Formats: sequence, structure tokens, C-alpha cells
Amino acid sequence: MLGLTVQQIAYIFQGAGWTIVLSLLGFVGGTIFGLPLALARSARARWLRVISSGLVQFIQGVPLPVIMFVVYFGISIGGFEVPALVAAGLAMTLYAGAYLGEIWKGCIQAVPKTQWEAAECLALTKPQRFVHVILPQALRIAIPPTVGFLVQIVKNTSYAVVINFFDLTYSAKVINNSTFKPFTVFTIAALIYFAICFPMSVMARRFERKLHRN
Amino acid sequence: MYEFDFSFLSDYLPDLINGVWLTIGMTVASILPGFLLGTVVAVARLRGGPWAQRIATIYVEAIRNTPLIIQVFWLFFGLASLQVHVGSFAAAVIALVINVGAYTAEIMRAGFQTIPRGQLEAASCLSLSPFQSLVYIEVPQAVERVYPALVSQFVLMMLATSIMSQISAEELTGVAYMIQSFTFRGFEVYLVIAVLYLGLASLLRVVLLGIAEVSFPRRRRLRTPL
Amino acid sequence: MSGATHPMVRFHNLHKSYGRVEVLKGIDLEVAPGQVVALIGRSGSGKSTALRCVNGLERFQAGELHVCGHDLAAEKVDLRKLRQDVGIVFQSYNLFPHLTVEQNVTLAPRKVKGVGSAEARELAREVLAQVGLSDKVQSYPEELSGGQQQRVAIARSLAMHPRLMLFDEVTSALDPELTGEVLRAIERLASNGMTMMLVTHEMAFARSVADQVVFMHQGRVWETGPGDMLLDPQTAELRQFVGNGL
Repeated sequence: MLGLTVQQIAYIFQGAGWTIVLSLLGFVGGTIFGLPLALARSARARWLRVISSGLVQFIQGVPLPVIMFVVYFGISIGGFEVPALVAAGLAMTLYAGAYLGEIWKGCIQAVPKTQWEAAECLALTKPQRFVHVILPQALRIAIPPTVGFLVQIVKNTSYAVVINFFDLTYSAKVINNSTFKPFTVFTIAALIYFAICFPMSVMARRFERKLHRN
Repeated sequence: MYEFDFSFLSDYLPDLINGVWLTIGMTVASILPGFLLGTVVAVARLRGGPWAQRIATIYVEAIRNTPLIIQVFWLFFGLASLQVHVGSFAAAVIALVINVGAYTAEIMRAGFQTIPRGQLEAASCLSLSPFQSLVYIEVPQAVERVYPALVSQFVLMMLATSIMSQISAEELTGVAYMIQSFTFRGFEVYLVIAVLYLGLASLLRVVLLGIAEVSFPRRRRLRTPL
Repeated sequence: MSGATHPMVRFHNLHKSYGRVEVLKGIDLEVAPGQVVALIGRSGSGKSTALRCVNGLERFQAGELHVCGHDLAAEKVDLRKLRQDVGIVFQSYNLFPHLTVEQNVTLAPRKVKGVGSAEARELAREVLAQVGLSDKVQSYPEELSGGQQQRVAIARSLAMHPRLMLFDEVTSALDPELTGEVLRAIERLASNGMTMMLVTHEMAFARSVADQVVFMHQGRVWETGPGDMLLDPQTAELRQFVGNGL
């Protein structure tokens, strides 16, 4: 088929499976790391804001492949021998967390100030105000950009190829090396990425339009 | 206990400097063509005939929904399989231009859409041709509106040059790989590289904002922030 | 005005519809060189649409329209040529915000007519003086008041040396205390012999400056005459429209 054997195509798809695994890891890790980051970025305490914004600026100013390497070698100097998946997952967590934190900070701040004041007038405690009044509204605003960022996560897992993580990009590269049919191999890989990303892009846009209509 | 060792810095300084220059070179070579391509595609999507619109849309969606690495491999190994030999620098720049063009197209499209209809009407009532109206009225206003987004996009593009070592371009990340393979000091090497990228990102931001200062005299005069 | 001169604008039985709504139901109107014609009427009467037909901003479905020798009913109209003869000033000024007053004024002469930059600067000085804004050459639009911006818009049109000027409710967006300066600028143009058509809500101004007032109602020319016709309306509709506004 297309000058490739069934095994070779299956190998590429196997890589695609790991791309999805790493994407999910990145999203879950990014959420766990990004949520507190978003809160810290919009906190009252100055030191929290300074530290969190420094962290975000650092991660956003360094290429993801370099983050991958730093994490990869960082773990190994601790004397641990871990699979590339762990290093890649950690790097994706840092990367996704920094961006998601920024996105969500914006969503929290997009809730009108008067909502805080109104909640205060209802004698709600500060955590109550946040959980019951601000969060539901911020979540609604957050859905379109978050779905949009999922596309970035999936695409950027491809950078894990630099630490030889076995994903779609890696498997395609291996098959290309053995068959030297770059157009076929990388078109297949591109189509698989596209099949994962495009529906999410469309969804993000649809959510965005819906949000603007309301 | 791990002992940090940054002695590679002095031994490999010339290599690091070369890497920085190559990263800067790729970035600078890609910005203007990428911007022009993006603007043309944005105009095609907004004003083109049905076929131009379709092609522009396919281009933008195809690029934005696939990873840069795959695009680079497709182009670099693909050209090689056709016996077309382009150097890794040229291949990197072509890939970056094609890639950043798609993102710029979306940014510029948003910029064009903020321009009030009256501006276009006024331009056409002054007998300016559609092309003149685009060049003198629409593009300057659109760029002004979306300039911060463009800056962020080009900074991201600069960071993305870090994967060009995958096609053996000896940019900063490629140099880092070479150094760590000789010194086995991967952690320290990449920490230094990370700091260098941070510096480059800030530098690029400052330079692009400086360009804005010169290109938007109205903003300078009225002190309107970007 | 001798009867021998061709009219600069001639509408003949002009019809225009948006979809199934007919907004102009057979307009007949002539504007002689040097004449000032004021179009008045309620909103929705078709006066702005009629004006916008004159420089091709609106196309029409039936009838004839000749403007400065251009046949606007023709299959293909060279709008760029037409608009070098016909200037227009809008209610919302539509100045280019990223350009200085001088650049706003000189852009079209330089790019369309190929006027050199020194000459263009001289031209800007000349037309800005005509609207009393010689001291604002290097300002940006947003540094000016609404009235000043509208006068720049007039100057910008004048810089193309049009044979005919159109004014589309040019004072409607202005605060009352700023309309005077714009109206005076238009008046000065009129007294210099510029041919103009203007859509306006300023009845007193229409009466004093216009050679011919055209009252439009429901897509038709309802009543037309010299400025003083506003003092003595012949139709009930015009009487009601004028009310005790004068």
C-alpha cells in the first residue's frame, strides 16, 4: 500500500497512539500545574504574582525542545533512569501549564469586577465567592481558548522527538529512514496529525462564536 | 552529590556564538517574507475569488493543524528525494516562512476586519486603486492593530528554529547537542542554552517594538500604547 | 448660467431598489455647472441614496444618470475616472487615522495623479487654507475636533480638484456648536463657484446657500424650487416636513 508494507503503516499508527498518550499527559499535567498558576497570577499577594509571572515568562521564552532536554538531563543527573515518556510528559506539563495558566488568568480577569463586589454583598466568604460566582463564569469564557490550545499541545508533542520519545513524528522518521519515501511517509503523518487537530480547531471556533453570540 | 561544571562555556564559546548567529539569521531571514506571505493570503481569503479563497483556506488549515517538524521533514527529505539539494539553512527558512505565513494570515485577517468600511469607501472615492488602498490605507492600519500579536508570533517562530538541528542546521540547539555529546554535561549545557534563548526572545521583542516606534509615528506622538 | 451649457449632473427617470424594496422611484433632476443643489427630506426618503448614485457608490437598475460626461448607466463605468471629477464628503469624515492632515490631503494627488511631493505640500497648504486649517498641517485626525476633521475631509476632496462636490449630511455627526465652522467652509466654496450637491438637515443653511432645493419624499422628487420655496411650501408633505423649523 502506497509503497509501504502493512507493518510499516501499523508502526506509524503505533507512534500516533503515543502522541495521543503524551498529549493527554500534557493536558492533565498542564491543568494540574496551570490552575494554581492562574490563581497565583491573579492573586492579591505581590510575591505570588512576581514568582508566577517569572516562571511563566521563563517557560514561554525557552523553546519546548530545550525544555525537553533540560528535564531529560535534569532527571538523569539525579541518578534516575526514567523512560523518555516521563521526561517528555514533565516537559509538556511545564509547557502546557505555563500557557494554560496565562489563558485561564485572562478568563478569570475577564469576569467583570462588579461580580466580585456583588458576591461580597451577599456575605459570601472569599473562597465561596470564587467557587460559586467567578469560576462558573470564567469556565464558560475559558472553553474556546482551552480547546484551541489542545491543538497546540498535540502539535508540540512532536518536539519530544529530540529526546527520542517514540511518537508519531519519531515513527514516521524511522520509517522514512528505512524506506526513503519522505512524501508518502510524512504526508501520512501529517494527515494523522491533521485528523486529530482539525476537529478540535473547528470545535474551538464554534465555541468561540457561540460565546460571542451570548 | 552532583557537581555542576560550566567549564565547557570557555571551550565551546566560538561554537555557541556561531549557533546564536545562525538562530538570529534564520529568524531575520524569515520574518519579512513570512509577513508578506501571510498578508497576501489574508487578502486572498477576504477579497479573492472563490478559488483563491479555497486555496488560501486549505493552506492555512493544513499548516495550522500539523506540527512544524513534520512540515520541515516533508520539505527537506522530500526535496532530497527529488534530487533537489537545498542546504539546511535554506530549507529551514523556507519551512519557517511557509509556517509563519499561515499564522500571520490569521492575525492579519483579524486586523483587516477591524478597519471600518468607511475607510475603504473614502479611499475608493479618492480614486485610489484597490491595490493602493490596500498598501497605503488598510495594511498600515491592520498592522498597527495587531502588532503585539505579530510580535508574539515572530518570537514563537524564533523559538521554533530550535528544531532545525533535526535537519542538521547547526543553530543554537544543534550546537548544544554537539557540546553535550562531547562533555556529557547535558543539564548545564541546556540550562545555558535556555538562558540564551530567553535573551534572544527579549532582544527580538525589543527590536520589533523599536521598529514599531519608528513605523507608527502617530502612536509615538499621541503616546498611545500598542 | 446660460441655457446652452450642458448640465453637470442629469438624472432621468432613475430607479433603484434594494432587493424588492424600491427606494428611488423615477428621479429626474439636473444640476448646472456652478449650481448648488440641496437635497432635503426625511430619513428613508432616498436623498442619500440619490447622492451616492452620483459617484457610483450605489448602482441603479433603470433610468439614466450622466455625471460630468460619464454615463453611469453604461455596462462598465470607470469609477476611478469618475471620482477624479466628483469629490465626496461623508457624515463620518472617514479621515485616515494613521496619516497626518497633510498626508491625508496629499495621498490621492500623489498616488493617483502623480503630483510631486513638493507640489503636493503646496497643494495641501492651499486647500487647507481654504477651509481655515493652515495651522493643523502636521496634526493627526484624532488631535482635532469633529468640525476640524470634517473640514480636513473637505480639503482632502478639494485637493483632487473635482468639478463637482457631494456632501452627505456632513454636519449630522457634529455637536451644534461645531456645525457653523463646517457650513461656513461650504458656503465659501459655493461663493467660489463650486458645483455642489448636498444632503442636509440644516434648513436655514439649505435656504441661504442653495440655488435649488429638492424635497424628496418616498423615493421621488416631491417638490423643487429656489431656496425660498421653503418659506412657501406647495405640498402638504413639505409643509409638514418644514413645520416651524424656519
